[in-house]
Amino acid sequence: MSFSQLIGDWHALAVLFVAGVVPNQIWRMLGLWFGGGIDEGSELLVWVRAVATAILAGVIAQIVVEPPGALASVPDILRYGAVGAGLVVFLLTRRSIFAGVVTGELFMLAGKWWLG
Amino acid sequence: MALPPLDSPQWQSPWRAFAWGLRSITQTILTIVLFVTYLGIGALAHDTHFSLLWALASTLFVWAGPAQIILITTLGSGATIIQSAIAVTVSAIRLFPMVVSVLPLMRTPTTKRRELIFATHLTAVTLWVECHRFLPLVPRERRIAFVHGLGCGLVSVCLCANTVGYFLAANLTQTLGAAILLLTPLSFLFSTARNSREVADVVALTLGILLYPLAAKMNSGLDILVSGVVAGTIAYGVHWWREVRA
Repeated sequence: MSFSQLIGDWHALAVLFVAGVVPNQIWRMLGLWFGGGIDEGSELLVWVRAVATAILAGVIAQIVVEPPGALASVPDILRYGAVGAGLVVFLLTRRSIFAGVVTGELFMLAGKWWLG
Repeated sequence: MALPPLDSPQWQSPWRAFAWGLRSITQTILTIVLFVTYLGIGALAHDTHFSLLWALASTLFVWAGPAQIILITTLGSGATIIQSAIAVTVSAIRLFPMVVSVLPLMRTPTTKRRELIFATHLTAVTLWVECHRFLPLVPRERRIAFVHGLGCGLVSVCLCANTVGYFLAANLTQTLGAAILLLTPLSFLFSTARNSREVADVVALTLGILLYPLAAKMNSGLDILVSGVVAGTIAYGVHWWREVRA
C-alpha cells in the first residue's frame, strides 16, 4: 500500500464534505440554534427524544433489512436470527450488551459455517 | 474509578474536569462497542476503495457511525452525491433531538452559544447516552469541559480503530467482514435498549424497528423519517396517556 493510496485524491475528500459532513452537521447546528429555549423536562422534549430513539431504531432495522457491503453475503434468515438470538440473551442476562452482541455474532458465524 | 464528589476541589480547574472526562472513557462498555464499530467502518472504507485519510476525516468531521456507514455504502455502490447526501441527512435527523436534549444538561445561565459548538459537534449516540449517565455526577459549571474530554477520548479511540480496521481489511475474509458489519446494529440495538428506562422509550425502540420495513415499502426516500416520526409520536402518546391516568 503506497503513501498516496493512504491519502487518496482531493476530489473524494470534497465529496465527503458535500455528501457527508454538511448534511450530517446541519442537524446538530440546528439543535444548537433552536434548542436553546427548550426546558429539560418539557413535553416537547419527551416527544423529540421518542422520535430520536425511533429514528435510530429505523437505522438499526435498515442495516439488517438492507445490509451494506459484506453483510449482504449473509442470508436474510441468519441476519434476523442473529439479532433475535442476541436479543433473547440480552434480556435473559439482565440487559448485558456484551452477552447480546457475542451471541448475535456467534449465531451468524455458526450459521454461515453450517450452511457452508 | 469513581468521579470525585460534586463539592470536591478536584473540580475547580476546567483542565482537571477535561481529564476526568477523558478518563471516563474507561468506565463504559460503549467504548469497546465504539472501537469495534469503527474497526468495521475502517474495514468498510478499505473495501470500498476509500483512502485511510478519507476514513479518518469522516470520523473527525462527521462523527456519527450510521451516517458514515451510509455514506461509504451509498458512494461505494455508485449513488450520486445528491442521493448520498439525502440518505446521510435523513440518518442525521436524530442528532437534532439529541443535541436539544443534551445541551440543557451542560448549560448555565451565563453560557454563551459559541461555548457549546464543540460539545454540539461531539454529540452522537454514545456521548448522548453517557452524558445522561455521567453529567449528574459533574458540577454544572464544569460539564462542558468534562464533555470535551469525554468526546476527545472517544474520537481518539475511533481514529485508532479506523486505522487498525483499514489495515486488517486486506486480510479479512467475507464472513469476518460481515461479522464486523453486524456489530453495528447489534451494539446500537442493545445499548439503546439498555438505556430505555421508561415505557415510552421501549415503545419508540420496538415500533421504530417494526415500522421501518413498512415505511421502506412506500419508497418515498424518507423511510426512516416517516417510521421514526410515527413510532416516536405513538410512544409519546403512550407516555401522555400514562401521565393522564396517573
